[in-house]
Amino acid sequence: MRHSTFFWFFLPTGLAMILFIAMPIVSVVTQSLFTPHEAVLISVENCGPFGCTQETTIDQDATAAIRDAEPLGRFVGLQIYADRGHIAVSEVTEAWQTTDSLGAFFNRLANLPFYRAMAFTLVFVFVVTPMVIASGLVIALAVNTVTARLKGIVIFFSLLPFVINPLIGSLVLFWMIDSRGILGNAIQWMAADPTLSLKASTGLMWISLIIYGIWHASPFAFVIFYAGLQTLPTDQLEAAQIDGATRLQRVRYVIVPHLMPLMTFVALMQLMDNFRIFEPIIGFSAEAHARSLSWAIFNDLAGETRQLSSAAATSVITIIGVAILLSPVLVRTWRDFKGKA
Amino acid sequence: MASKAQSMPRSLRIASAAFVIIWLIVAAFPFIWTFWGSFKVEIDFFSIADWTNALTGERTTETYGSAFTGAGYNGAWVEEGFMSNVINTFIVCFFVVCTSLTIGTLGGYALSRSSHNYTFWLLITALIFRAMPPITLVAGYMLPFFEWNLWGILPTTIIVLVAINQPFTLWMLHSFFKNIPQELDESAKVDGCTQFQAFRRVIIPVMWPGVITTGLFSFLLAYNDFAVSSMLLSESNRTMMPQVAAFLGTTYTEGNIMFAVAAVVSSTVPLFILVMIFQRQIVSGLTAGAVKG
Repeated sequence: MRHSTFFWFFLPTGLAMILFIAMPIVSVVTQSLFTPHEAVLISVENCGPFGCTQETTIDQDATAAIRDAEPLGRFVGLQIYADRGHIAVSEVTEAWQTTDSLGAFFNRLANLPFYRAMAFTLVFVFVVTPMVIASGLVIALAVNTVTARLKGIVIFFSLLPFVINPLIGSLVLFWMIDSRGILGNAIQWMAADPTLSLKASTGLMWISLIIYGIWHASPFAFVIFYAGLQTLPTDQLEAAQIDGATRLQRVRYVIVPHLMPLMTFVALMQLMDNFRIFEPIIGFSAEAHARSLSWAIFNDLAGETRQLSSAAATSVITIIGVAILLSPVLVRTWRDFKGKA
Repeated sequence: MASKAQSMPRSLRIASAAFVIIWLIVAAFPFIWTFWGSFKVEIDFFSIADWTNALTGERTTETYGSAFTGAGYNGAWVEEGFMSNVINTFIVCFFVVCTSLTIGTLGGYALSRSSHNYTFWLLITALIFRAMPPITLVAGYMLPFFEWNLWGILPTTIIVLVAINQPFTLWMLHSFFKNIPQELDESAKVDGCTQFQAFRRVIIPVMWPGVITTGLFSFLLAYNDFAVSSMLLSESNRTMMPQVAAFLGTTYTEGNIMFAVAAVVSSTVPLFILVMIFQRQIVSGLTAGAVKG
């Protein structure tokens, strides 16, 4: 295809991506370096019969004027990244110097909003991803043995948790594990503790969010692995059986290696999707116990005073995080491409 | 099951059938339970006294004289005007799917037919864009949209969702077009067609299976989007998902949580129908990405 033809074919989609993805990234990075103008203060001297007093008030007009003239705010460089709401440089250094054990240091760290969000996000990503792969594989292996007539209906019901919006899915689950819901009741009964409530415990909240994550994404892994199982070479399985491999060994040494590329794919997609976890936190009303980076951005933007700069700084950090997660894949793709060329 | 290697002892067969049934319950029960409970009053759906109330609807019978009540639906659809949110959602979905398929097909076709180096870089860029959480872009939209008075209206959200959707659409259609033999349009060009004529007369008639699958995923993205549309739409233009979240904010205090339950159940109905009709396409779309990517 000629360059010019390619250009015209690609122009509309390219333009959409430049205007609404590339430019906003630039805009976000810029925004994160600025902070809103401070209110303009004026001092008025009030002189009365008992002497003069200095009174400082906010000059509303002047403040509005300067904010209108420069909506970006004033340039502060990397200051927002370093403040208490983000990397919290001074607090971390202070904690490092004053605490004498690593445990105490991490305790102090856990009180800083950014590190709390980071901790939950990372735990969620690195627990849910392997669990999803494992449960997807088991479901796929099990479904592969049921008769062909049932497969359609099994796949139909399996797809539901995956196609439903995470907000809706988490609400449906949350209402059930509410202390007055059916699962919440069941858990209380099993633990013989009528006051047990998920909402009150950080640990239980993390666990239920993780269970939600597995419930939501297992169908995706299952569908992919199930498709992979259909292309399984039977002669290899038979050869393994003749060599005396048990059923488990056949899974371990024939089926899993066959599905390996698909597992890498699922792992990659899951890393990306779990890193952005956000809707379940809203659905579970889990803000008090678990926060993620995406939630922090949303919270900054949704408030009465939209804290654009703070949200932008968290966004940039999130993008860097995604880039780090994605880098092994990018490097591999680059090597493949170089190898082909 | 013809092969000896795949035959299983009875015990294992039963065990795996049991596992499949457990998985089905895990996957489907929450929806059935919520659907059933949405026709009850709140103290039945969240029963402190006795969980079987949620099944039998004891309090519902006391209040309304029957074990089922449409009060939650009445509250959500009539009192709170959920209808307008539903209409907004379908407007957004329709235009997002149409626009992103139109520009995505052109771009995906071009990517699949060009052998220059830059197609690789464009695809990698698209992959990076796909990996970024959409909410990270929102802080960048806010200021320009406020300045130009574009914030809060449906067209803005539609365009933003189209753009966010493009990387995925491009990847998907790129791999579908790769599967259509290049000889088809080559021969059309030999017969004197321009590239665009070849695309229109030869490729468009055979591309529909791939386009429908991609369209389904565009629809799901637009339908399910919460983060971006709740930030970019004003209160009067809300789509379903932000409205459900808003119900939670207002109704937890008013004790009308059943409005939210009814709205949640209503919003899952279109997805049920979609999965029922297009199950095969959704599965093939999910696996296409895995095999090609």
